[in-house]
Amino acid sequence: MTVAVNPTQTGEPVFYLADEHPHPEGYSTSLGFWIYLMSDCLIFAILFATFGVLGGNYAAGPAPKDLFELPLVAVNTSMLLLSSITYGFAMLTMQQNKIAQTQIWLAITGLFGAAFIGIELSEFAHMIHEGATPQRSAFLSAFFTLVGTHGLHVSCGLIWLVTLMVQVWKFGLIEANRRRLMCLSMFWHFLDVVWIGVFTFVYLLGVLR
Amino acid sequence: MSRFKILALLPLAVALSGCNYVVLAPAGDIAAQQRDLVIISTVLMLLIVVPVMALTVLFAWRYRQSNTDARYEPEWDHSTSLELVIWSAPLLIIVCLGALTWMGTHLLDPYRTLGRIHADRAVDQSKAPLEVDVVALDWKWLFIYPDYGVATVNDLAAPVDRPINFRITASSVMNSFYIPALAGQIYAMPGMETKLHAVVNHAGTYRGFSANYSGAGFSGMHFNFQGLDDKGFDAWIASAKSGGSLGRAEYLQLEKPSQNEPVRRYGTVDSDLYRLILNMCVETGKMCQSEMMAIDAKGGLGHEGLNNTLPLAYDKYARRGTALGPEPTFVAGTCTPDAPQGRTTASITAPLDTAPLLGAGLKRPSFTPLKSSSFFLGQRPKSDS
Amino acid sequence: MSPDLLKLIFGRLTFESLPLHEPIVVGTFAVVATGGLIMFAGLTYFRVWGYLWSEWFTSVDHKRIGIMYMILGIVMLLRGFADALMMRLQQALAFGGSEGYLNSHHYDQVFTAHGVIMIFFVAMPLVTGLMNFVVPLQIGARDVSFPFLNNFSFWMTVGGAVLVMASLFIGEFARTGWLAYPPLSNIGYSPDVGVDYYIWGLQVAGVGTTLSGINLICTIVKLRCPGMTMMRMPVFTWTALCTNVLIVASFPVLTVVLALLSLDRYVGTNFFTNDFGGSPMMYVNLIWIWGHPEVYILVLPAFGIFSEVTSTFSGKRLFGYTSMVYATVVITILSYLVWLHHFFTMGSGASVNSFFGITTMIISIPTGAKMFNWLFTMYRGRIRFELPMMWTIAFMLTFVLGGMTGVLLAVPPADFVLHNSLFLIAHFHNVIIGGVVFGAFAGIGYWFPKAFGFKLDPFWGKLSFWFWVTGFYLAFMPLYVLGLMGVTRRLRVFDDPSLQIWFIVAGIGAFLVFLGILSMLMQFAVSFLRREQLKDVTGDPWDARTLEWATSSPPPAYNFAFTPVVHDNDAWWDMKRRGYQRPLTGFKPIHMPSSTGTGIILAGLATAMGFGLIWYIWWLAAASFIAMLAVGIGHTFNYHRDFDIPAEDVIRAEDVRTKLLAGAK
Repeated sequence: MTVAVNPTQTGEPVFYLADEHPHPEGYSTSLGFWIYLMSDCLIFAILFATFGVLGGNYAAGPAPKDLFELPLVAVNTSMLLLSSITYGFAMLTMQQNKIAQTQIWLAITGLFGAAFIGIELSEFAHMIHEGATPQRSAFLSAFFTLVGTHGLHVSCGLIWLVTLMVQVWKFGLIEANRRRLMCLSMFWHFLDVVWIGVFTFVYLLGVLR
Repeated sequence: MSRFKILALLPLAVALSGCNYVVLAPAGDIAAQQRDLVIISTVLMLLIVVPVMALTVLFAWRYRQSNTDARYEPEWDHSTSLELVIWSAPLLIIVCLGALTWMGTHLLDPYRTLGRIHADRAVDQSKAPLEVDVVALDWKWLFIYPDYGVATVNDLAAPVDRPINFRITASSVMNSFYIPALAGQIYAMPGMETKLHAVVNHAGTYRGFSANYSGAGFSGMHFNFQGLDDKGFDAWIASAKSGGSLGRAEYLQLEKPSQNEPVRRYGTVDSDLYRLILNMCVETGKMCQSEMMAIDAKGGLGHEGLNNTLPLAYDKYARRGTALGPEPTFVAGTCTPDAPQGRTTASITAPLDTAPLLGAGLKRPSFTPLKSSSFFLGQRPKSDS
Repeated sequence: MSPDLLKLIFGRLTFESLPLHEPIVVGTFAVVATGGLIMFAGLTYFRVWGYLWSEWFTSVDHKRIGIMYMILGIVMLLRGFADALMMRLQQALAFGGSEGYLNSHHYDQVFTAHGVIMIFFVAMPLVTGLMNFVVPLQIGARDVSFPFLNNFSFWMTVGGAVLVMASLFIGEFARTGWLAYPPLSNIGYSPDVGVDYYIWGLQVAGVGTTLSGINLICTIVKLRCPGMTMMRMPVFTWTALCTNVLIVASFPVLTVVLALLSLDRYVGTNFFTNDFGGSPMMYVNLIWIWGHPEVYILVLPAFGIFSEVTSTFSGKRLFGYTSMVYATVVITILSYLVWLHHFFTMGSGASVNSFFGITTMIISIPTGAKMFNWLFTMYRGRIRFELPMMWTIAFMLTFVLGGMTGVLLAVPPADFVLHNSLFLIAHFHNVIIGGVVFGAFAGIGYWFPKAFGFKLDPFWGKLSFWFWVTGFYLAFMPLYVLGLMGVTRRLRVFDDPSLQIWFIVAGIGAFLVFLGILSMLMQFAVSFLRREQLKDVTGDPWDARTLEWATSSPPPAYNFAFTPVVHDNDAWWDMKRRGYQRPLTGFKPIHMPSSTGTGIILAGLATAMGFGLIWYIWWLAAASFIAMLAVGIGHTFNYHRDFDIPAEDVIRAEDVRTKLLAGAK
C-alpha cells in the first residue's frame, strides 16, 4: 500500500479508503425489506380506509351480523396466530443451526397457514353460495377485497415458505438462506398483525354494529 | 368595499380591450367577490414575486463571470439574518393570504345562503329566492323550476338581483356546473347533491357549461344563462309554460346520451322528478338511494335482501340510458314503494319509519350505528328529502 | 374456426380492433414501423444485438440503467409531444362550426394519452434516470443496494410504456382524462379496452417505480461513503431521498386505487360505481392522495439539480444548505396534507376547503426559501452561463410565476372560478415544464459529460433553449388569458370566434417547442459527431463540487477505484482545495454484481400478462403469470450474483485515466 497508507500520521486528511472491505452480502436487505413492508402496510391501510368508508353500505342487503360466523373466524385467527408462534420456533432452531428441526417447524407453519387459507376459502365459498357475492354491495366488495388481499399475501407467503424449505434442504442454513428466512419471518408476522386488524375492525366491530 | 372598486376598474380596462375576460368582469355578486379575491391574492403575491424575479435578473447580470469588478466570495454560504428574512417574508405573505382564504372561503361557500345581492345591497327578505334544480345529463343540462312547475334543457334564466338557490345533481357521470359570469363552479355528481347560491346583477346573456370532462359530447354541453328583469323573466316562464310535459317516461327518454341538444321547454314537470333523479329511481321499480341508505342505516335487509338486486341496479354495466330500458323486467315487490307515475311519493321520502320496507315477518334491527364516513371524504350527505 | 374458439384464443381482440380505418393512426403506424424496421435491420447488420443484450439490457450497472431511463424518457417525450401538437392543432382549427380534424373518439384519447405519457413515461423516467445515474456516484457508492431490482424496475417501466404505446395501434386508449375518474372510467361508461390499457400500463410501471424507490432509499441510507453524514449529503441526494420516500409512501396508494378500479371493471365489485353503495368520490380522494405527492416526486429532484448547478456555475458554496435540506423535508411532509385542493369544487365544506387551501399555501414558504437560497448562491458568485445555468435562470424566472398561480389556485373561492380552466392547464404546465422539464434538461446538460466523456454541443443546445423558453411562454401565456375568459379544459370544438387567435398563438408556441425538441435531438447528434472536440478527459469539466466529478468520465463500472472519504458538503471541492492526489497504485479486486437477464424476462412476462388481461385473453394472462412465478422463484435459486473485477482490470482502467490526465495537463 502506497500513498494512502496511514496518512493521518502525517496530518494529511484521508480522502479514500486504501484498504476497504466490500459491504457484506445482503447489507441493505433488512432495511429494504422493512421499507417494502411499510409500502405493503400502506396498501392495507388504504383497503382498511376503503372498508371504513364503504363498510356500512349494505345496499339493502346483508350486514356483517347476517354473514359472519365468529366462531369460525376465531378458529381461523388462532390458525394464523399459531403459525406465527411456530415460525418463531423455526427461527429459534435456525439460530441453533438445527436444519431438521427448522424444517419441521417451517412445515408446521405452512400447514397452519394452509389451514387458514382453507378456512377462509370455505368461508368465502359459503358466502358466495348464499348470494353474498362481492358484487352484491359496496360493503361486500370492500370486505372481500380487504380479506382477500390478506389471504393472497398469506398464499404468497406459503409459496415463499415452500421455496425456502427447498432451498434450505438443498443448500443448508447458509447465510443467504438465513437472511431469507428472516425476511419471510418479518413478512409472516406482519401478516399476523394485519390480520389482528382485520379480525378486530371487520369481524368483531362488524358484528357489533 | 370601496377599495375593491379601484381594483374592479383594472379588469374593466382589460375587458374594454376587446376580449371578454368574464372571470375578471363577471355579472354576479358572488363571481365578483371571487374575482376580487383572485386579484387581491395576486397582488399580495406579486409583492414577493416581483422582487425575486428582479433580483434573479440583477444577480445573474451583476455576478456574471466577465464582471470581475463584482465581489466574489466563494466560501460565503450562511447568514442567519438573511435566512430569517428568507423564511419570514414568504411566511408573512402566507399569513395574510391564509387569513384572507379562511374568511373568503367561508364567506363564499357555495352552500351558504346569500347575505347580500350586491356590494351595497342586502338581500330583500320579502322576495323568496329562485329555486332551480340542475341535472347534468349526457350531454345536456336539465333545469327544473319547482316553484313554477316548468323545466328547460340547455336554457337557464333568472331575474336580476333575486338570489338563486341551485340544487345540483347528475344522471350518470361527473360534470361541473359553471357559469363564469354568475358564480364559481360546483360539481354535478350522480346520486349526490351539491348546492350553489348566487345572484346575477346585470341583465344579459352569459355562457354556462360543464367544466369537467364527461365523455364524447362534452364540448357541446353548454347553455345560455340569461339575466332578465322581472318582466322579462315572467315572459320567459310563460314561454316555458307553452312547452310539453316532463314526466318520468319523458325524462328517461331525455336522459339518453345525445350531443349538441337544442333548447327544449317543458310546461309541466313531475313535481317529484328531481328527487327521483337525485335518488336514482326515476325508473319504476327502482329503489331510491335515500330509501336504501335508510335501510342500510338500520342494518340492511339481511339474507332476505340478497337477491333483490334489480331494483338497485342503475348503470353498472352499461352507459345510462343505453342498454337498460326504462322498464325493468320484474319489479321486486316487497321492498320497493309503489310509486305510480306522477303521484308524489311523500310517504317514503323521509327515513322516518322503515317498517313497511322490511316486509312481513322480518325482525327490526335494534342497533343504529354511527355512520358518517362520508364526512371524512368531504362529501355532502345525500338528500334526505 | 368457430367464434368460440377464436374468442378463447384472442379474447375480445378482433381484426376490427386494429384502427385500420383511421388514416392518422395508420400513417403513424407506417412511420413507426418503418423506423423500427430500419433500426432493427441496422442493429442486426452491425451485429450490435449481442452487445446491447449483454452490456445494456441485462446490465445491473446503475449508470447504464440511468442512461436507459433517460432514453426511454426522451423517446416517450416524442410521443407525448406529438399528442400535444395534435391537440394544439385541433383547438386552433375547431372554430366557427369547424369540427377540426379529430373526432371526439380520437381527440379524447389524445389528451388522455398526453397526460399519462408525459407524467408516467417522460417525467418519471427522466427524474428516475438522473437519480439512478447520479446518486450512487454522489455518495461514493459502487452501485445501488439492489442492482438486480434496479434492472427489473427499469424494464417494468418500459413494459408499462410498451402497453401504452400498443394501445395506439391495437385497440384504443382511455377516453377519460389522465386520472380516469369513475363513473366515467367504470365499465358501464368505458366498456372498451382503453381504460384497461390505462390500468395495466400504470400498474406494470408502478411496480417498477415503487421498487426503484425502495432501492434508492436503501442506497442512500446504507451505502454512503465514510464521512458522508446525512448533513453532508449533496442536496441532489437529499432531494432524491425525499422523492423516493414519497414514491414508497404514495405509489402503493395508486396501486390499490387502480386495483379497486380494475376489480370494478373485471369482477363487477362496487367500489366506485353509482350502484349498490359505491362511492365514486372515494376514487377521487384516493387517486389524489397519490397524485399530489407525485407532483413533488417530480419536482424535488429538479430542485436538487438546480441546487447543484447553481452552486457549481456560481463557483460558490450553496447558500443555506441546512435550510435547503429542511425545506425539502418540510415539502415532503406537507405534500400529503394538500390533496383535497384538487377538488375544492366537489362540495366539501368551507372549513375543510380552507384547511387544505392553507396547507397548500404553506408549501410555498419552504419553496420560496429555496428560491431565495438559489438567489443568494448566485450573489457574490462568478456565474458562468453554460447551458445548465441558463436552464436554471429560466427556471427561476418561470417557476415563480407558476408558483404564484398555484398559490392563487389554492384559494378555494379563486379555485371555484379557475378550476379545470385553461388557467389551471397553464399553471401546471408552468410548474412542470418550468420546473421538472427545465430541471431535467439542466441535469442532462450538466451530467452528460460525466456519462459519456464529452460535453454537449453548446450551439444547438442554446438554440434548443431559446426555442423551448420562447415556445413555452407563447404556448402557455395565452392559456392563462383564456382561463380568465372562462374557457375550460378538454374542449374539442369552440364557437366563440374571438378565442381563436389565442389558440393560434398557443399553437405557434407549441411548434416552437417542437423546434426546441428537434434542436435537442440535433444537439445529441452533433455532439456525438464532434465528440473529439468536445471531449473532456479530466472528469471534471465544470470545476464542480460533488463526488461524482472525482472519478473519470464516463466512470468505470466500479465508479471509484478506492471508496472516497468525505470531510465536507462539497466533497470534491474540498479534495481539490486541499491538494488531493489521485492514488496510482495499490489497486485491489473489486466486488461487483453480475448482469442478469431475469429482469427483462420478468418484465416482458408482466407486460404479456397485462396484454392478456386487457384483451380478456385469459390463457395468455394465466400462462404469463405462472411463468413469472417460475422465473422469479428460479432466480432465487441463483446464489452467485456477484463477481470480482480482477485487480489487473482495475489497474488497466486506472492507467488509461492516468495517461489521459497527464495528456490534459
